[in-house]
Amino acid sequence: MNAASSNAIEVRIPTILRPYTGGSKTVTGHGATLRELIADLGKQFNGLDERLMENGALLRFINVYVNDEDVRFIGGLDLALSAGDNVTILPAVAGGADHCGAI
Amino acid sequence: MVLKISSELVAALWEHSEREHPIEACGVIAGSVSDRRPARHIPMENSAYSPTFYEFESKALLALYRELDDRDEVPVVIYHSHTSTEAYPSRTDIAYAGEPDAHYVLLSTREEIASRSEFRSFRIVNGEVSEEPVEIIGD
Repeated sequence: MNAASSNAIEVRIPTILRPYTGGSKTVTGHGATLRELIADLGKQFNGLDERLMENGALLRFINVYVNDEDVRFIGGLDLALSAGDNVTILPAVAGGADHCGAI
Repeated sequence: MVLKISSELVAALWEHSEREHPIEACGVIAGSVSDRRPARHIPMENSAYSPTFYEFESKALLALYRELDDRDEVPVVIYHSHTSTEAYPSRTDIAYAGEPDAHYVLLSTREEIASRSEFRSFRIVNGEVSEEPVEIIGD
């Protein structure tokens, strides 16, 4: 394991995904980038990565924050992570009448 | 499950929905994690500003969940208005529903019906919608 991939990063898990983490609200993952972190979470918690990503992109209705910033605005999945960063995952709260073309 | 909710909170949701019409209004009613009774109305900004879509703005969403966590609260009710259709979850609502323990409340402000006549509550779990009775307390 190289230095970058040994970064320990705290990840807060929303209620809807806690069945994957045995009920834990917070888990620890590793990765030099957000993409690597999500891959690591998928190895630790089978299927969790597939609830966050599809075809190599973050799902539209999942929000991921690194140090309280929405990653969509600061580099997305390629964002570099450092030990001590905190990651929060939240499902978007969204919806609306049909005919919106948003999904 | 039955949604038991005070008449004051029902009125507050209607006032918010009517104020935003024809844009969809949205928000939550928080309650203690121990009793899950709807207690504290938190109107949210619809960052989509749309008559057919709503979304809690992403930073406000994070701040909301932090605040709920700090106060040992949960989003007991997640509500939004439909401004030209009935108060029933759309395919979009079902696709996005991320809180299996929440009461999803829909209000319709469409003009063809009597005002404040459609206030309905649903559970949305794994893509399955089930309507539940609404019991208004304290009239």
